[in-house]
Amino acid sequence: MNLHFDIALSHLLSRRRQTLVSLMGVVLGVAFFLAVSALMRGSEIDFIERLVDTAPHITVSDEFRHARVQPATVAYPDGAVRVSNVKPLTDRRGIRQYRQRLAMIESIPGARVAPVLVGQAIFSFAGRDEAVTLSGIEPERMRDVSTIDEDIVAGSLDAIDTDRNGIIIGVGLAEKLSLDIGDTVSVVAAEGNVRAMNIVGLFRTGNVNYDETQTFAHLKRVQALMNRPNVANSLVMRMDDAYRARDVAARVERMIQYKAVSWQEASEDILNTLVVRNVIMYSVVGAILLVAAFGIYNVISTVVMEKTRDIAILKSIGFHARDIRRIFLIEGAIIGLIGSVLGAFGGVGLMALMQRIEVQVPGESEPVNLPVYWGMDQFAMAAAFALAAAIFAAYLPARKGGRVEPVDILRGAV
Amino acid sequence: MAGREATNPGDSAILVAERLTRVLPGEVPVTLVQDASVRIGRGEFVIIRGPSGSGKSSLLYLLGLLDRPTSGRLLLEGEDTGTFDEDRLATTRLAKLGFVFQFHFLLAEFTALDNVQMPMRRLGRLDEAAQRDRAAQLLRDLGLAGHEHKRPSQLSGGQRQRVAIARALANDPVLILADEPTGALDTKSSANVHDILHDLTRERGCSVVAVTHDMAFAQGADRLIELVDGRIVS
Repeated sequence: MNLHFDIALSHLLSRRRQTLVSLMGVVLGVAFFLAVSALMRGSEIDFIERLVDTAPHITVSDEFRHARVQPATVAYPDGAVRVSNVKPLTDRRGIRQYRQRLAMIESIPGARVAPVLVGQAIFSFAGRDEAVTLSGIEPERMRDVSTIDEDIVAGSLDAIDTDRNGIIIGVGLAEKLSLDIGDTVSVVAAEGNVRAMNIVGLFRTGNVNYDETQTFAHLKRVQALMNRPNVANSLVMRMDDAYRARDVAARVERMIQYKAVSWQEASEDILNTLVVRNVIMYSVVGAILLVAAFGIYNVISTVVMEKTRDIAILKSIGFHARDIRRIFLIEGAIIGLIGSVLGAFGGVGLMALMQRIEVQVPGESEPVNLPVYWGMDQFAMAAAFALAAAIFAAYLPARKGGRVEPVDILRGAV
Repeated sequence: MAGREATNPGDSAILVAERLTRVLPGEVPVTLVQDASVRIGRGEFVIIRGPSGSGKSSLLYLLGLLDRPTSGRLLLEGEDTGTFDEDRLATTRLAKLGFVFQFHFLLAEFTALDNVQMPMRRLGRLDEAAQRDRAAQLLRDLGLAGHEHKRPSQLSGGQRQRVAIARALANDPVLILADEPTGALDTKSSANVHDILHDLTRERGCSVVAVTHDMAFAQGADRLIELVDGRIVS
């Protein structure tokens, strides 16, 4: 085995208790680093997954990002006369020729899209009125772009295809109005049209507000109810890779002009908060490892002091200063490496323990397990950080060891 | 004033020191060695003696390339060591010199065999198996057969010092420098170490320079160098 490694190991074994204490510092540091990181990353991923799952990856709305330029301004960009107080033409809301635009979007690899007509409506049942959001959808397409089909707990999504008066509502709304599958309710659109509709499906997403206010009917039925035939006011998109949404949204916007908002753009403020949260988290867990590094510094400093004679004799028989430095750096690396491995096991234990904890989150109807991230990258990061801290902690005593002048020690010793 | 040169003109010189002076800097500079000129021949056994504080060990450290002279010149096998950087000095010590100190300075966590093998491992001239064979042979030559796997704490003072001598011989040095090698030993062990060092000069052609207070140890030396107040007086 390597000579430097042998000497380094002998030093550490000669001070077993101190070595063990500093090793425990690294083990605990790495274990808590992993536990905190796993929890924070897990909650972040869980949050983003919920965000990505419940909301479309990209929403194309019947709006424009920038106000449209007047034809006169386009024709005469350097014109001397300014026309002020120009009122744009009253436009009928909705995405024009949405069928053609759907086809354009579908040409983008990895993108799926569904048209939706969203409006407000009143549910009237047994003398009670409830304001709801009514979304007109095409079940086949909607299944491709949302998780609604997985959330159905009674009936089916296809039922609104077979029963054009069918409507799917959330479990929360059903409980609120004492509704069940097969019941008929009066739905009053904002435009004043009233239609009796049959409950053909119930869904439960876990989001209380969504489950109490969201309803789905067939696109054709909603278009008729809202007097907006052949109109969709929203195109919802889902990507095979959700993280491509931002780029694809920009592309869609260039293709069809309508405003396309990716989930990242819609949640930019929250995502920024997550970045800040991560910085705080890594600062805290980094501080734990920093404390562990002081332990390593302490043990290696002590070894350097105790082994000054050994250093002197090694140098006198021909060891270079860099040999001595290497020996003590290896000591730091040994502690860092073993501490990282044991700490990883400790971290796995803590993570498994945390994953078993159930909590009731406000707004969720079911208790959920703490979300824990198991990615290998955080193990690599913890090990790298621990190893770097250990080697850094060993560096100062190693440098001191390398500077020992054998004559000074021999002269004092004999 | 130049000090006297201790020479043995008949020998081919391994080491030539010319007017070595070593001054410790400080508010009051201390002269440890002054104008010392020494010539060590191949296979010579040279004793440096003198009263305490006369600069014996300091001269030995200069001759052993452990310390650099403030002035003067030191030639080892014809090479001027004044031009060597720290790494080259260390490599030269490793390959050409051997040291024995009053205290054995063995590494406590390693066996006798490991301690002897250590300079060979650092030099890397021999492969692992050859290193172990040579280390075992050296220990056997010094009467330590059966003690190879003992740690220093399991050996007597005389045995430890013999292990230290074996370690000094590990890389087949041209010169052994010994600083009070019997200072911590009983009479019997001292005589044993004395005989071993003498034998080295005869059997291996290795030169030995030893600092000692022990008159018995000085007997049989090829030459005595007397030091007083850092100057060679005879």
